[in-house]
Amino acid sequence: MRSLIYLTIGILFGFVMTKSEAISWFRIQEMFRFESFHMYGIIGTAVVVGALGIALAKRFGIHAYDGSDLRLKPKDFSIPRYLYGGIVFGLGWAITGACPGPMFTLLGQGIWTIGVVILSSILGTFVYGILRPRLPH
Amino acid sequence: MLDVLSQPWHWSVSGLAIATVMFLLLYAGKEFGVSSNLRTMCTIAGAGKRYDFFDIDWRAQRWNLLFVAGSVIGGFLAFYFFSSPEPVQLSGETVDYLQSVGIAAPGPAGTPWSYVPRELFAAEEIFTLRGFIVLVIGGFLIGFGTRWAGGCTSGHAISGLSNLQLPSLVAVIGFFIGGLLMSWLILPLILQF
Repeated sequence: MRSLIYLTIGILFGFVMTKSEAISWFRIQEMFRFESFHMYGIIGTAVVVGALGIALAKRFGIHAYDGSDLRLKPKDFSIPRYLYGGIVFGLGWAITGACPGPMFTLLGQGIWTIGVVILSSILGTFVYGILRPRLPH
Repeated sequence: MLDVLSQPWHWSVSGLAIATVMFLLLYAGKEFGVSSNLRTMCTIAGAGKRYDFFDIDWRAQRWNLLFVAGSVIGGFLAFYFFSSPEPVQLSGETVDYLQSVGIAAPGPAGTPWSYVPRELFAAEEIFTLRGFIVLVIGGFLIGFGTRWAGGCTSGHAISGLSNLQLPSLVAVIGFFIGGLLMSWLILPLILQF
């Protein structure tokens, strides 16, 4: 039963990714070329609404459905992993026009070649896992 | 109602809906982050036997795999049953630029090339140098970078910034450094192949 809830939230997510056009390679090029406000509007609205919601949830001590704390643990601060890792991901995001969520959503639309991107991304994660001890974090 | 769902959504509606997805996951006791599934998939494939990074209990991540399965279904439903009546309304400047580098404007709604360009995503492109770089190297960079940075757009740009996490801000700055380098400098070269 609980499985169905996560599946349903995922369906909502895939639907929203499509209708927002955030899955579009064209929109991602447009965003990085600063030629439209569309993607900035989406991300900006999500962050402002998200930040307000999380601040209110903290203020009023809102818990998850089962009474546990919301999963909002602070991340350990460091520069290298976030900056270098972020740059590597940014290169991949701009060339494929897809981040990990949209990759899967596009698969549902019958864009079979995105399957190549997904498999390569799993390989990329695998190679990261091997090299991890040698990379700056 | 169906008509409203089928129209392209205003960015504010989309942003609100994405924040709602994050709130739903938090209320369900989880966190919004898609790229961690890539690690889970490596673990399922057996990578945990040799490498510590993948030595995790993947069953604890089952919910996230279901979330991803849902996002495939959601994409299918939105595309085949709630397709927008008109193509993606891309900025004229972007259309002109892309045409100058050999990429046609977004195709009609409901066709495979409405969201991604045929010139890079058609099946036969896999066997060209250009297609290989975009699909294979591009995918590799996504998987390598997101795990190094510990998150992608959902985990850092949406969840992390919403929770005012400084590391996420650094990551998002990184996303843009990489993205700008690619779209302004590297992609134009690749498109010449």
